[in-house]
Amino acid sequence: MAHSARRDSPELPDFSVLKRLARDQLIYLLEQLPGKKDLFIEADLMSPLDRIANVSTLKQHEVDKLYKVEYKPVVSTSDQLCFLIRPRIQTVKWVCDVVNADKAAGKFKRYKIIFTPQKFYACETVLEEQGIFGDVSTDEWAFYLLPLDEDIINLELPEFFRDNFLEGDQRWVRTGGSALHLFHSIYGPFSKVYGIGRCSKMVYESWREQVKEGEQKARQAEVGTVFLIDRDVDFVTPLCSQVVYEGLVDDIFRIKCGCVEFGPDVTSSDKSIKVMLNSQDKVFNEIRNEHFSNVFGFLSQKARNLQTAYDKRRGMDIKQMKTFVSEELKGLKQEHRLLSLHIGASESMMKKKTKQDFQELLKTEHSLLEGFEIRECISFIEEHINRQVSYLKLCPLSLYFFTGLLPKDYRSLKAQYLQSYGVDHLLTFANLKQLGLLVEQQPGETLTVMESKMGKLVNDKTAGKLTDAFSSLAKKSNFRALSRRLSLVPKSDEEYDLRVPRDMAYIFSGAYIPLSCKLIEQVLERDGWTGLEEVTRLLNGHEFAVTADLRPQSDAQRIILVMFLGGCTFSEISALRFLGRERGYKFIVLTTAITNSARLIEAMLDNHV
Amino acid sequence: VHCHTADQYTLKTELYEMCWNLRDGLRDCLVAAAPYGGPIALLREPHRRSPSSRPQLEIYSASGNSLASFPWKSGPVVQLGWTVNDELLCIQEDGTVLIYDLFGSFKRHFSMGQEVVQSQVLEAKVFHSPYGTGVAIVTGSSRFTLATNIDDLKLRRLPEVPGLQGAPSCWAVLTQDRQTKVLLANGADLFILDNTSCTAVSPPGLSPQVSSIVHMSVSFSYKYLALFTDTGHLWTGSAHLQDKLSEVDTKIRNPPKQMVWCRRPKSQQPSVVLMWDRLLLVAGVCNDIIQFPVEEQCVCVGELDGVRVVSSSRQELLQEVPLVCQEIFKIASMAPGALLLEAHREYEKCSQKADEYLREIKEQSMLGEAVRQCVEAAGHEYDIQTQKTLLRAASFGKCFLTDFSPDSFVATCRELRVLNAVREAGVGLPLTHSQFKQMTVQVLIDRLVYRQFYPLAIEICRYLKTPDYQGVSRVLKHWASCKVQQKDLSDEAIARAVCLKVGDSAGVSYSHIAAKAYECGRTELAIKLLDYEARSGEQVPLLLKMKRSQLALSKAVESGDTDLVYTVVTYLKNEMNRGDFFMTLRNQPVALSLYRQFCKLQEQDTLKDLYNQDDDHQELANYYVTASYREKRLESRLSVLQSAVDEYNKAKNEFAAKATEDEMRLLRFQRKLDDEKGAGLLGLSLQATMEALLALGLHKQAEQLYRDFRVPDKRYWWLKLKSLAEKEEWEELEKFSKSKKSPIGYLPFVEVCMKRHNKHEAKKYVSKVPPEQKVKAHLAVGDLEGAADAAIERRSEAEMGRCLLVAPPPTGC
Repeated sequence: MAHSARRDSPELPDFSVLKRLARDQLIYLLEQLPGKKDLFIEADLMSPLDRIANVSTLKQHEVDKLYKVEYKPVVSTSDQLCFLIRPRIQTVKWVCDVVNADKAAGKFKRYKIIFTPQKFYACETVLEEQGIFGDVSTDEWAFYLLPLDEDIINLELPEFFRDNFLEGDQRWVRTGGSALHLFHSIYGPFSKVYGIGRCSKMVYESWREQVKEGEQKARQAEVGTVFLIDRDVDFVTPLCSQVVYEGLVDDIFRIKCGCVEFGPDVTSSDKSIKVMLNSQDKVFNEIRNEHFSNVFGFLSQKARNLQTAYDKRRGMDIKQMKTFVSEELKGLKQEHRLLSLHIGASESMMKKKTKQDFQELLKTEHSLLEGFEIRECISFIEEHINRQVSYLKLCPLSLYFFTGLLPKDYRSLKAQYLQSYGVDHLLTFANLKQLGLLVEQQPGETLTVMESKMGKLVNDKTAGKLTDAFSSLAKKSNFRALSRRLSLVPKSDEEYDLRVPRDMAYIFSGAYIPLSCKLIEQVLERDGWTGLEEVTRLLNGHEFAVTADLRPQSDAQRIILVMFLGGCTFSEISALRFLGRERGYKFIVLTTAITNSARLIEAMLDNHV
Repeated sequence: VHCHTADQYTLKTELYEMCWNLRDGLRDCLVAAAPYGGPIALLREPHRRSPSSRPQLEIYSASGNSLASFPWKSGPVVQLGWTVNDELLCIQEDGTVLIYDLFGSFKRHFSMGQEVVQSQVLEAKVFHSPYGTGVAIVTGSSRFTLATNIDDLKLRRLPEVPGLQGAPSCWAVLTQDRQTKVLLANGADLFILDNTSCTAVSPPGLSPQVSSIVHMSVSFSYKYLALFTDTGHLWTGSAHLQDKLSEVDTKIRNPPKQMVWCRRPKSQQPSVVLMWDRLLLVAGVCNDIIQFPVEEQCVCVGELDGVRVVSSSRQELLQEVPLVCQEIFKIASMAPGALLLEAHREYEKCSQKADEYLREIKEQSMLGEAVRQCVEAAGHEYDIQTQKTLLRAASFGKCFLTDFSPDSFVATCRELRVLNAVREAGVGLPLTHSQFKQMTVQVLIDRLVYRQFYPLAIEICRYLKTPDYQGVSRVLKHWASCKVQQKDLSDEAIARAVCLKVGDSAGVSYSHIAAKAYECGRTELAIKLLDYEARSGEQVPLLLKMKRSQLALSKAVESGDTDLVYTVVTYLKNEMNRGDFFMTLRNQPVALSLYRQFCKLQEQDTLKDLYNQDDDHQELANYYVTASYREKRLESRLSVLQSAVDEYNKAKNEFAAKATEDEMRLLRFQRKLDDEKGAGLLGLSLQATMEALLALGLHKQAEQLYRDFRVPDKRYWWLKLKSLAEKEEWEELEKFSKSKKSPIGYLPFVEVCMKRHNKHEAKKYVSKVPPEQKVKAHLAVGDLEGAADAAIERRSEAEMGRCLLVAPPPTGC
C-alpha cells in the first residue's frame, strides 16, 4: 500500500466492552418484566440492536415475538408488552394509543417502555396527559456508545443535528455529556480536552458536571486527548461529494449502521446482499481510505494476486494440496467473494457517476471551493435545477458559497428551484437560512476594511466580472477567509498525485483540505488555540482548551477521541486516519451519526404528509 | 458462681451538682429524661386546669441548664417522653401527641386515633426500638394502641384483653423477634399482646402465693424482665419468659415508685434498681441487696450501662463496676494493670521499686495485657485525674514494649478528650465511654447540633478527623439552617455570615438552607442564599415554590438540563395566563425553542398563537404553508395559503408571497385540468405539471403555463426536448430544434437522442454543437476518432485526456 503504518502509532483500546455493557444492561431491563413478553422496537433501533444482541439472546430472556414500531394498531396476543424506543413524543403517543385501545377493549396487560439512551420529561408528560402514566412502567437503557468499527463509535442519533442546530432544542446536550462520561469512565481519565462550538462547550460542561457528581477512580488512561467539534463549525466538508471509497459507497448505497445493501446490479445476480463494512473485511480495509481513482487499479492488482495464489495449486503434490485446501483455500475463497463484491460495487458506482456527469459536478464543486469561474458554476447549477438532475444536493452547496450573490441571482435560482421541486421547499429554504447554510445578502450592506481588502485580493487574481459577487461573498460565510488562513485549498497549478497523498486534501482529489480536520491538526500541533485567534474569531468563537494536571502518558496522549456533534462523514474519518498515520496518532471518532450531503439536506426538509 | 459483695460491683459516681433551681424539687411533676445523657423535661402540676394558673413546661439539659420554659396552654398531659432525635413528645389525655424541639418550639402533632378522644388515655409510654421512637397508650376502654415509629406513623390497635377493666396493674412495651408487643399484668395474670392475639403467659418459678404483679421493668436491651409482686418479691428473668434468673424478697410490700434495670452489656451481674420515696434499693442476682437512703425525691433514668439518678440537687450514676476497673483498683490486686499502675506511681516518686514491679509483670509476660488494662480502665473512668493517671501508666508501660500497636491508646485518648468536653456542665451530656461507642460520633455530633453547640461540634469533627460530609459540612448545614431563623438580623447580614462560614464546603447545599429560610417566611433571604448555590438546577424547585418563576426559568436554562427547563415551562403554562406565559418564553430562547418543538408535535394551534404573539410573520406564514398540506379540500387549502401570502407580505418577504401566490394559481389550474381532462395534476410542482401535460400531448396548456409562470426558456426547452425524445417524435424534435436558436445549445439534443439509443438522429445535431463542446458531442455518439480530431484541432490537452479516459481501460479485469 501507499502508506505503511508508522511503527510508533499506539494501539487502539478494545471497544467490545461497550457492547457487552449495553447487552448486559438490556438483559437486566428485560428481566425486570418477568415472563413471556412481546418486544416492539423502534425502526431505527433495529440495526444498532442487531450489533448488540441477536434474536436468540432476546428469546433467551423470554422475548416472545419481535415487532417493528410502525405506528399502527398492534396485533399481539401476549399479556406483556415491552417497547424499546427513542424518547420521541410521536412514538410515546403511539404507545399511548396502543394502551388506550387495550383499555377500551377491556384487556388488561402489563406495559413497559424502555427509553434509550434516556427518557425525557416531555415523554412522561405525554404519558400523563394521555392518562396512562400509572399503567406503564418506564426505564432507561443507557445505550450511548455503539462501536461501529475499531475506530468509530456512533451514538446513532441523527436527529441530534436538526434538533440542536436548526430548532435550537438543546435536550440532546446532556446525552452528549453522558456519552462522553461513559467513555471517560472506561477509557479515561482525559488529560487534555479541546473543543470548538457552542454545543461542544455545553457538552463539555455537562460531562464535567457528571464527573463531579460521580466517584472518581484512579485508572491508567487509555485515551488521553479529546477534541469536541460542532457540525456547524464546518458545513462545507459534508456538503462536498465524497470520492474516497468508503464515502462514495455511503453517498451512493447509503451505509446503515456499518452495513450496506448491495443490489442486484452489484452482485450480478438477482439477489441483494447485505455486507458489513469494517476493518474485518480485509479487502475493504485496504481500499476504504483510497481515492476512488486508485481503487480499480488496486482491485485488479489484487485479483491478479489472487489468481497467482490459486495457480499455486498446479504442480502441487497431494500433501501440499492438502495443506493448501485446509489452510489457504478458505481464506482465498473469502477474499475472492469480497473482491468480486467490491469490484461490482466500483463498477456500479462508476456507471452511476458518469451518467450524472460526476466529473462536471466535481469540477463545479472544486471551482466553488477555489472561488474561480463562478459564472460557469451558476449556469451549471441552473441547468441541473432545470433538468431536475440532482435532487437538492447541489443547490444548497452552491448557495452557501454564493452567500453574497446579488439578490437577483439568488432569487432566480430559488424561483427556479421551486418551479422544479414544488413550493413546499419554501420551508426548506427557510430552514437553510435559519441554520446559516444560506445567507441572504441585504442590499446596501457595507463591507468592513478587512473584507474589502479580501475582495481586492481576489480581484487581482480573477476576471473583473466576478467582482461584485466576490467582494460580498466574504461577508457572511467567512469561508474564503478561513480557507486562506488555513490554506485549505492547495495551489491548483501543481499536479496532485492521488496515489501518494501529500496531505488530507487527497480525500477531495487534492482540491480541498476538510476544515474540520485541519482545525484538529492545527490545535494538536499547537497544543491549544494559541495563534489561531483569527480563525476562531471567524468561526464565532466558543473554543476551549483544558489541560488536567495528570502525568501525561505518551501513548494515551497520542490516542485522540474526536467527538463530532451533529455527525461526521466517512471522508473526514479517512482524512483523520491519514493524519494519524502521518503524525503517529490514532484517532477515534465518536459521532452523533454518520452524515453526508444528502442526509444533511434531508434533515432540513419538513415532512408534512 | 463467683460472687462479690454488692458494694464491690456497684459504683455511685456523682455526675453533676444540678445547675437548676427547683423551688419545689421534683414533687408533683411529670418528668421525662432521655437516655444517653439526654435532656430532662418537667411539667409542674400537670393536672392543674384553670386558665389563670397553667402548668409550666420546663426543659433542661442533663446538667440542669435551662433550655426552655413556657406555660402549658394545651390539654392535660398524661406522659412526657423524648425521641431519639431529642424531640419532646407530650401525650395528652385526648390522644393528641404534640412534638416540641429542645428549645420548646412546637414542631408538629399527631393523634393516637379518633376513638381515644372519647375513651381518653389512661397511661402512655414512649419507647425506643431499632425502628425509631414509638408511643404506646392504654385507653379508658382498656384497649392498647401502638405506633412503632412516630416519623412513619402507623397506628395499631391491639386486641382486647379478656377480663381487663380500666388500666392494668402494670405494663411494659417489648421488642422481640422484630415485633413490638405489650406485656401486661392484670392481678396475677400476665398477658402478651401482639398484633393479632392476646396470650396468657406465666413466668417460670414465680411463687404461687402472688396475688398481684404490681410493677414490671424491661431492660434497656429488651432482653430481661423484672416483676415486682404484692408479696414484696422481685422476680427477674429473660424477657422471653423462658428462664428465671433469681427471686429476691425485698421485704417491702408497697410497690416501688420506679424500677429500672442496671446492667452493662455482657455483664455477669445484672441488677435492678428499685426506688421508693426515701429508699433506693439495688437488688442483684446473687440475692444481695444494697440500700441507699434517699433524702429528696429522685428520678431514675435507665441507661445502656447503668442508671442515672436525678434529684433536685444532684445527679449520680449507678453502675456496675467494669471488670477491668475492679481488677485494677481492688485492694491488693495482683492484676498486671494494677502492678503497672503501681510501677508508674513508684517511678514518679523516683523509686527503684518501679523496676521491681515492672520486672514482675514482665516475668509473667503480661506487660501488653497491663497496658491494655490501663487504657481500657481509663476509658471507663469518669474522673479526669484518674483517667490521666491510668493513661500515664499505660504510656509508661508502652515504652518497654517493642511491638505494641498504639492505636487503642491514641483512640482512647482522643475519645476521652471528646467525652470530657461534652460532659462539662455547660454542655451537659454525661456520656460514658460505652454509651459513646454505641451512639457513634455522628449521633453525638447531631446531639450537639440540636443543642446548638456548633463550634464544639466542628472542633470535635476536626479533632476526630471525621470526613467532611459526615462532619463539618453537616454541622455547617444545621448551623446555617438555624442562622436563617434569627429574626434580629437583616437578610443581608445573614446571607453574608452564612456565605462566610459555609463557603464552598462540600456537601452543604445552599438550596437546602434557602428552603429553610423560605419556610420561615424570609423569601428575600432565600433568594440571596440561592445565588450562592453552584448547581443552578438545585435552585429551580425552590424558586418555583417561591413563585419566582422568571428567575426559576433562567436558572433552569443556565443548568443546561432541558428536562428541568421543561418542568418549569409546564409549570408556568399552568400558572400564568397565556399572554404572560408567552412573554416570559420570549425572553428565554432556549425554553422557547423547547416549547416550540413540543407544540409542533402536540399543539399546533398553540404554535400559531406563539408566532402571533411575537408578530413573527415569517414563521406564521411558514406555519400556514405547512398547515395547507393538512387540508384535504382545495378551497380550504387555498384559503390557508392565502393566509400564508398575507403573512409573507407582512413579513416583507415578497419573494415567498409571490411564490405562494403562484402555487395557488397553479393549484387552481391543475384542478381545472383535472376536472376537464382527468389529468391527475393536483399537487405536482410546476415542472412536473408541464412534464405531465407534454406527456399527455397537451402542448397548448403547457405553453400557457410557460408564459403565465414566466418559466425560463432554458427550462422549457429542456422539458420539451426530453418529452419529444421520450416519445421518439424525431421529426417534431428536429422541427423544434429549428424553431429558434436553442437557449441550451445543441449538445443536449445529442445526448437525449443517445439516451434513446438513436445514433442516427444524434449525429444530426453534432455539427450544430459549438467548437468547445465538439469533443464531448463526438464522444457522446461514440465517435472516438471525431472526438480526437476535434481535440487536436482545439489543441486542448485536457480534452485529449478526456478522450483517453473514455477509451477502453488498458487493463482488463
